[in-house]
Amino acid sequence: MYQIRPEDKAYVEEFKKTPIGHHSPNLQRILNLFRGEPMAGKYVLICTRPHREWTLAVLPGARGERIRMTEEVFQSIEQAEWYVFKQRWAKYAGENLGD
Amino acid sequence: MKQIMGYSDKISVCPSETIRFMVSCEKASNYKARLVRIIHGDTNPEGPGYKERAVKSDLEGTYKGRKQAICPGSCIVIPNHRAFEQLGSFSVQAMVWPTTPEKGRQSILSRWNAKSGAGFILGLDDQGGLVLTLGDGTGASEDVRTGKVMLAREWYFVAASYNAANGEVCLYQDPLVAYAKVDTSAELRRTAKVRPRHANGAPFVVAAHYAQTSNGRARTDGHYNGKIDRPSLADRVLSRLEMEQLRGGDPPHSLSSAIVGLWDFSKQITTEQIIDVSPNRHHGETLNLPARAMTGWNWTGEEMCWRHKPEQYGAIHFHDDDLYDAGWEADFAFTAPAGLQSGLYAAHVATEDDEDFIPFVIRPERGKATSKLVFVVPTASYMAYANEHMATDAALAELLTGSVVALQPVDVFLHEHREYGYSCYDTHSDGSGVCYSSRLRPILTMRPKYQSWLGGKGSSLWQMNADTHIIDWLEAMKFDYDCITDEDLHAEGYEAIAPYRVFMTSTHHEYWSKQMWDALDAFKKAGGRLIYTGGNAWYWRIAYHPTKPGVIEVRRAEGGIRAWAAEPGEYYHSFTGEHGGLWRRQGLAPQKMAGVGFSAQGFDLSSYYRRTKESFDSRVNFIFEGVDKDELIGNFGLIGGGAAGLELDRADRLLGTPPNALVLASSENHTPIYMVVLEEILINAPGLCGGENDLVRADIVFYETPSGGAVFATGSIAWAGSLSHHNYDNDVSRITSNVLRRFLDERPF
Repeated sequence: MYQIRPEDKAYVEEFKKTPIGHHSPNLQRILNLFRGEPMAGKYVLICTRPHREWTLAVLPGARGERIRMTEEVFQSIEQAEWYVFKQRWAKYAGENLGD
Repeated sequence: MKQIMGYSDKISVCPSETIRFMVSCEKASNYKARLVRIIHGDTNPEGPGYKERAVKSDLEGTYKGRKQAICPGSCIVIPNHRAFEQLGSFSVQAMVWPTTPEKGRQSILSRWNAKSGAGFILGLDDQGGLVLTLGDGTGASEDVRTGKVMLAREWYFVAASYNAANGEVCLYQDPLVAYAKVDTSAELRRTAKVRPRHANGAPFVVAAHYAQTSNGRARTDGHYNGKIDRPSLADRVLSRLEMEQLRGGDPPHSLSSAIVGLWDFSKQITTEQIIDVSPNRHHGETLNLPARAMTGWNWTGEEMCWRHKPEQYGAIHFHDDDLYDAGWEADFAFTAPAGLQSGLYAAHVATEDDEDFIPFVIRPERGKATSKLVFVVPTASYMAYANEHMATDAALAELLTGSVVALQPVDVFLHEHREYGYSCYDTHSDGSGVCYSSRLRPILTMRPKYQSWLGGKGSSLWQMNADTHIIDWLEAMKFDYDCITDEDLHAEGYEAIAPYRVFMTSTHHEYWSKQMWDALDAFKKAGGRLIYTGGNAWYWRIAYHPTKPGVIEVRRAEGGIRAWAAEPGEYYHSFTGEHGGLWRRQGLAPQKMAGVGFSAQGFDLSSYYRRTKESFDSRVNFIFEGVDKDELIGNFGLIGGGAAGLELDRADRLLGTPPNALVLASSENHTPIYMVVLEEILINAPGLCGGENDLVRADIVFYETPSGGAVFATGSIAWAGSLSHHNYDNDVSRITSNVLRRFLDERPF
């Protein structure tokens, strides 16, 4: 399993600028770690207004169990991406990123 | 919570034919229904927006709402018989391969009436060991257990006998493979106090036990996960030697009078019939389509096809979440009137706070085409993806999309309500692959307005709703067309499309039966023209059930992008005996049908195509009328922002692209999450992603056929999402209409 290194901080800005799409190999490696998390506790979005609003939710990791909605609501997929990235950065790099 | 949903008994009708609709309401006491023609199911405000056309019809009205139950879980029901009712002493046995011994109590062989608690069940207890349960029907029951937990996915001989004279129970749990230091075998004798009451009115049930009869259907409970092979029932206590003699081959004469039923699942594998090979002929039927043609306890691996050694394919794999026909009562019926324009329609049903669309196709009158263009609605592919759960069950979903998975409320509902059944992209609760998919249940992912996590950034559409981009474009460009479905093509063959000049496929026509393939092949050979504005078609070989309506079979054999893998020896369809898997693995790569075939996939952003030198060949001038020579094609769109995206196909002479084919344009600049398909990879090595591998591309191909026909293919699922850009005035739309106009022209190529 890849482990976040201090020099990976350089790719945070790249992600913030382009959360979805073309990424450098170094950023892609970080994203493969983040996005490949197991299902239990994994973030997903639930579309609460078509094309306009998405609410962050957490998968239970077991079939049939409730998907837990959070209080975090986003008006764009990109906003949600940045929020989830920050949560995962804190988890794997041990550092809280600013807004 | 979904408040209303339904399904229909058919997926297409001709005028004067009747279709019935089954509806369930969660709470509402009534609901409204009306007929709509589906034009554009995409609600994305960046595009033309949702479009339907209301159609006056006699189905319109208010109906009484009621909740209809859906009961998954497969089993075998052998109708009750006095031979069962009159049992005293008995022996039951089978070979079993449990897949979830830890899940809790499961019934393997039973004659049990859940209401009265009378009879017996040979099953697994809450720990995963063998248990014989006896019930006297007056409230007393007794378990005799081995106390040894079985190993998952190992074959066991399991048996029990009961001596009515002295109450002695013998229990046998004998694994076929022995391991050092892990002993899961058991053989014990106990005297039971409870005398089982056999006069209980219940059928003999395999892989579950009888609960009740509702609407004429046996409802069952205690469903078992795993394989069962060669079960039998005898009316006396059999010795262990006699039990061994029943495991295979013809039983000795000395056992003839003792056998009540000996069920050989290797008989009539293509059907739902279960054959009792004893003279008593206690035949039965499967419920909810458990998987047949499964390797049995005696499978040696020397033969891979069940037709060649059926005696080694005597196992059936049962799942507690199998579902074939929801069996709901019909709410209303609709007879298509003459003169109603062929197209994609839906019965729209709505309560005050929810709605559902039950889609179906209205065809022209049989043999009477009303257009030269037929749009084939890929209902087999819709069924393969029906109610898929990858976004909530498969950890790689977010890696495939390159963004946090976006679920729709329907996805959340399907995650929490597993009873609506699975797609052929899912695994059962025991981890085994789902090889059958039925449309006789609500398919909530086959709906207008539905967005799919798999459909790329933007509109995020997949399958049926993505195909409405093509329907909307045909309407906007004022092309007339008829619609038929895969089922029509399968059932009627070439005759269903013979009247047409142009066959147009959808965004992702992935699943093809042999009959469908042959029909289109004949159409091309007769000079028919094929327009393929999609990606990854002609990929998986499927079988339709020969007699049961509305169900397909997919075996994920070796090769291809697979959400699960068929077990060794289980690559042949049970419905037909045909080898399943990729068409490419059977010598028919998609390039042979349309000049291009699956090459790469990714599900974030789409890209554009760049014209090649071959696009300036005079043979294809008509295609590029109105397109600049340096223009990047499809650098826009509702599906990922480009016309080349999601699943991409390429030309390849050695896979079947005709030598006269022109590659007119190729896509480029795909993101790094686009990757080469697995069937291209022999030795895995770095360099398989977009931006670094030449196979990550879509090719636009044109070629003439020897009989004056032609083929045009764009090799990308996302193509249709670009058609409506700039009010349908763009190069993707222009190229498509240039091709369609010329293809509709009768002049031979």
